[in-house]
Amino acid sequence: MSGFVVDSTVSSGNSSVAIPTDISGQILDLDEDDDLEVFSKDTTVTDGSSFNASMQTSPASMINQYKFEEDAEDTKDIFVTVDNPESHVTAIETYITYRVVTKTTRSEFDSSEFEVRRRYQDFLWLKGRLEEAHPTLIVHPLPEKFVVKGMVERFNEDFIETRRRALHRFLNKIAEHPIFSSSEDFKIFLTAAPGELTSYKKQGPGFLSRMGETVKAVAAAVRGVRNRPQEFTEMQEYVEAFSQKISSLDKVTQRIVREQKEYLEELKECGPTYALWSQSEEELAEPLKDVAGCVDRCCKETEEQVKNLNDNLIPVLHEYALCTDTLKMRDDLDKAEDRLEWANNALKSDWTRWQKDMRTDLRSAFVDTAERNVNYYEKCLAVWESFLHSQRTDAEGNGNVDFS
Amino acid sequence: QFLGGLGFVMVEKGTSLLKMMEISVAEAEKRTGKNAVNMQETYTVYLIETRPVDAASEGTNPVPDSLWRRYSEFELLRNYLLVTYPFSVVPPLPEKRAEFVWHKLSADNMDPDFVERRRVGLENFLLRVASHPDLSSDKIFYSFLTEENGWKETVFETGFQAKADSRLKALNATFRVKNPDKRFAEMKHYGDELQSVISQLLRVRARAADRLYGVYKVHGNYGRVFSEWSAIEKEMGDGLQSAGHHMDAYAASVDDILEEEEHYADQLKEYLFYADALRAVCRKHELTQYELEMAAQDLTSKKQQREELATGTIRTFSLKGMTSKLFGQETPEQREAKVKMLETQIEEGEELVKERNTECEEFVKSAWVDIERFKEQKDHDLREALISYAIMQISMCKKGIQVWNNAKECFSKM
Repeated sequence: MSGFVVDSTVSSGNSSVAIPTDISGQILDLDEDDDLEVFSKDTTVTDGSSFNASMQTSPASMINQYKFEEDAEDTKDIFVTVDNPESHVTAIETYITYRVVTKTTRSEFDSSEFEVRRRYQDFLWLKGRLEEAHPTLIVHPLPEKFVVKGMVERFNEDFIETRRRALHRFLNKIAEHPIFSSSEDFKIFLTAAPGELTSYKKQGPGFLSRMGETVKAVAAAVRGVRNRPQEFTEMQEYVEAFSQKISSLDKVTQRIVREQKEYLEELKECGPTYALWSQSEEELAEPLKDVAGCVDRCCKETEEQVKNLNDNLIPVLHEYALCTDTLKMRDDLDKAEDRLEWANNALKSDWTRWQKDMRTDLRSAFVDTAERNVNYYEKCLAVWESFLHSQRTDAEGNGNVDFS
Repeated sequence: QFLGGLGFVMVEKGTSLLKMMEISVAEAEKRTGKNAVNMQETYTVYLIETRPVDAASEGTNPVPDSLWRRYSEFELLRNYLLVTYPFSVVPPLPEKRAEFVWHKLSADNMDPDFVERRRVGLENFLLRVASHPDLSSDKIFYSFLTEENGWKETVFETGFQAKADSRLKALNATFRVKNPDKRFAEMKHYGDELQSVISQLLRVRARAADRLYGVYKVHGNYGRVFSEWSAIEKEMGDGLQSAGHHMDAYAASVDDILEEEEHYADQLKEYLFYADALRAVCRKHELTQYELEMAAQDLTSKKQQREELATGTIRTFSLKGMTSKLFGQETPEQREAKVKMLETQIEEGEELVKERNTECEEFVKSAWVDIERFKEQKDHDLREALISYAIMQISMCKKGIQVWNNAKECFSKM
């Protein structure tokens, strides 16, 4: 076992996992419980080598990683933001790049701050690499390559902004993931100059694909139908049910947005009608104009509310709907049962982690939506109350009827 | 203070009839019977209750007098009033058929919600008439409220139908007035504008109501999905489940909201129909003016004819003149007779002109008083309507705030 390192000192905040250069030996060792035990006790063998492959291989090290994960505090040592979209025009195409800023204290990084520009293709590449390397783990989805219905201009502001947010979320999910964030591909993505990235991408599969083969075998093992532990089956059942629910929610929310938009269309005509009426009146002119103003302001608030739903709740629901597609695909059936145990532990941890994340994300998305709705109604309330107030002071001024 | 169903209506208690009696349309019932062509029909009747004012204030609360009337009888009453008080802006009836409906409302006259809204509208009509300075003292109106049997015959006996027919014919005819009264022309124009803008508003509002209904109801789906989802979750289950209940409540709340808005629509509709009544007064004034102008014109031409006969000159072309020229002069006796006839006609004509002139002046005076009264009433009522609309919106917002705050709490427990 040369060049093999597991760092258990999580509290230092510098957890890193080194990967052996030759793993073929490790795989065969899985059958031997001795090895498993050894590794589960293993602690501080630090070797300054930086990671040189994006594969997490030794099952034991994976177990350890997850064990630590469960006990570990959430100490964030890497911060990633995606912003500043810019359009680039070449002879062949027009495309958008986004600025990716990384701030980190991790030792594997040569510097503490990096700024690069990446385009959607690059994100897709990263996702692909991570999925290839960790077929059993859940990679957060990316926004769709092409826009769905109802959009004309691929590069319109709203679309770009929505995409930017989704890309930001994607990278942050990767950064927060115990395994993915240590990925070499991730590091390259965050730090490489454009030329570097291109050539890195071009690197033949070779060693990496061999890696891929072996891990695919592991993955296949994991997906074995026979002798599946109860938990695994439950998980798949849950995934099936959950994916239905989340995609229903996605649809319901989109329907709400549609209905709101149609409501808005009609409401937009009310204000002007009141205004038109006020032109024929004398005494009534002012209250009518005021009502027109109130209706118009409510229209603006409704517009804002629709935008909020579109920008905040829908992308999150949509991403989780996409997630479940990935989750379900992990259900490819295949052979060998033996790898099951260690693989299941890894899966289970990742799965638990994912569930926790999901709960947090969806909870905050819904709380946020509810808050915005409250806000919307509060604003409209204020609009109408001020109208009432103005009418009352008018009336009292004119000595009119009592309003109680 | 008994102000009647819609509450906001400016019904002056001080005027004649309401000083003496309380009026209400208390109930509606379905009846079936044979109609004029001996066919079975189903119709609705409305119970009109009246009670002397003193009795209520004494606290003894006796059983009110009551009788049943159907919509067509109300129509008959109104037509009678239209003909008999042409200078009055006669209060309108609630719509004959449901219009400006949005999809959830029924356009069926038998629909209980429609019947209920009509009941309120009919009561409102009676209160308006009963508080009108001119109409409230009308005997036919009084017997409408108090005499169930034979009322129809009494109305027909007034002979108003004949007047109605001739008036109707005249009003439907196109005629041009030479010197239109500016004020009435402006009023008519205002009536046109009011009718047009309120129609538009009612249309737009109905469409918006339809859409709003959709928005709220779709949230009901959240309720269903959250509930189903909570069944497969452990920690999130409770939060989801209760959030789902709030979504259901939210979806259900739209029914009351829109029902209240329907009352607002009814208030607008009343003035939509009032606009028509206003235009009718202006049109009748035009007719009166026209008839005066016709009479004056006729008189002028007769006077001219007399002059021609007297001086022997033909100033204007007249067939008689031509024929006498062609077929010889008349005898002095013939001419004498002619002149005498003309003199009588001129005398009658002058009487007629005087009459019509007085008619016109009185019409203008009475109409203008009522129009001013109407303007004040309209300004007051519509302002109240706008205020009640604002209150409805506020209530809707408050409900929304409550539901979403509750939902937020549930979500945060997810």
